[in-house]
Amino acid sequence: MITIDDLTVTFGAVQALRGVAFVAETGKITAVLGANGAGKTTLLRTISGLKEPKSGTIRMGERHLVGMRTEDIARLGIGHVPEGRGVIGEFTVEENLRLGAMMAKVNLQQGLDEQYEQFPVLGERRKQHAAKLSGGERQMLAMARALIAKPSVLLLDEPSLGLAPLVTAQLMHTIRSLCETSDLTVILVEQNASSALRIAHHAIVLHVGKVVANDTASVVAADGNLRQYYLGLVE
Amino acid sequence: MDPFLTSRMVTDILSGLTNGVIYGMVALSLVLIWRSTGVLNFAQGAMPMFATYIGFALLSYHFSYWWCVIACVIAGVLIGGLTERLLVRPLYGKPEINPIVVMVGFLIVLEAVAAAIWSSFPRSLPGPFSSIHWQLAGKPFALSPFIVYEIATGLLVMIAVAVLFRFTKLGLQLRASAVAPEVSRLLGVRVGRMLTLGWMLSTVVGVITTILLSSNFFSGLTPQINDGIFAFGFIAAAVGGLESPVGAIVVGVLLGIVNQFVTDYVNQNAVIIIALALLVVSLMIRPSGVFTKPTERRV
Repeated sequence: MITIDDLTVTFGAVQALRGVAFVAETGKITAVLGANGAGKTTLLRTISGLKEPKSGTIRMGERHLVGMRTEDIARLGIGHVPEGRGVIGEFTVEENLRLGAMMAKVNLQQGLDEQYEQFPVLGERRKQHAAKLSGGERQMLAMARALIAKPSVLLLDEPSLGLAPLVTAQLMHTIRSLCETSDLTVILVEQNASSALRIAHHAIVLHVGKVVANDTASVVAADGNLRQYYLGLVE
Repeated sequence: MDPFLTSRMVTDILSGLTNGVIYGMVALSLVLIWRSTGVLNFAQGAMPMFATYIGFALLSYHFSYWWCVIACVIAGVLIGGLTERLLVRPLYGKPEINPIVVMVGFLIVLEAVAAAIWSSFPRSLPGPFSSIHWQLAGKPFALSPFIVYEIATGLLVMIAVAVLFRFTKLGLQLRASAVAPEVSRLLGVRVGRMLTLGWMLSTVVGVITTILLSSNFFSGLTPQINDGIFAFGFIAAAVGGLESPVGAIVVGVLLGIVNQFVTDYVNQNAVIIIALALLVVSLMIRPSGVFTKPTERRV
């Protein structure tokens, strides 16, 4: 479980996050929605330790994460799939996965086999450089690389960005089934609100750094004002 | 005995190979630092020189050659690590010219301090093997036991670095930290530690090169021992591609052979001119280096 309380993050004079507070429960998907510049990516980067908050706390269970180094936070079992996927193009598919598995106490071959079973296309392209993969395949690789370490928390930043609707639907289905089968806590940042709300248990909506809604996904999805003014979903 | 082995061409190739292995190692050490931290280390010759002086100071206490080699390597590890931590790390994220200026300054300081402590006179170090060339059918052959040791050590170092980067977990982390530091951190890689290790590794390669040069009966250790070698190593790294360890080694070895032919058939003074011309032509035709894929950019 990730508990965020009164989190404020600034970039110079600009406040990217203002007193953000919510709980991402174990085994559940929490969608973080909002327009461009709402602070969604900053939120994930702050949880991972890539950005130092001005004030507030982030806890994983009882453990405080603020002030820890990114690599130590990752070693606690927080996987982060960054915006733009972050696969290493110069590395082969298998090297990317080996890197992901390195810090976790998992059997490498078993981990590779599991990911190739989950994402068969990666198995077919294991010796290929990641730069040569399609957008959807890169997204799968980024997911597989995070999952091979058996994280307890997964932070996903715009996984559907640039993907065809069918690929997005498959990806969302995969995220949901992973969550149900492995007690994974997922914080899913998305601009594609309807896709995210379809699989999420809980949703928060950010607007210029502030939480303007924090409820179950079904309640947020049903709120006409939120849909129209903050999520850009018009009936 | 086959006169071919003592012919002028074979002699030039073998002599060139000896120098080329040294150029290749210098180029490799430059590439290791460039790939891991994006810094062009102009003190890449001076740092190993200083470490070699420290290690070989043990000779006056009657330690054997091999113990001195170990001491040199340890000194190289310390100098490489401390340089990265104290001098280079504060410069990450600053304009590219900053580390260049700092490392040129560091080169000058190290050479001046070495000259002040140990003097500028060549210090002959006892080679572990004879430098006297073998004879074949009464004619001098281009190889000696020391040259074989030099070439074998160079090849061993290159293979060890290749194996480290290609097949080990540590190598994977070193490469990942260099090309994608933020993603590496997100995967739990201790990037800071990897960058320090990259500098240590590079300095150790430089130290081994300097030991080979200093152990040669005909040269000896001086504060400027690596200055000339650095120029050829730099040319090899730039022509091969600063991103490519294989390119650095291959071009380094070829440059050594070309230099030997130019020395033998043209003039020794023409060597640096031809090497620089090679650099200019290479940069004009393929600025990213012969062995590096050109970067594609969407416009």
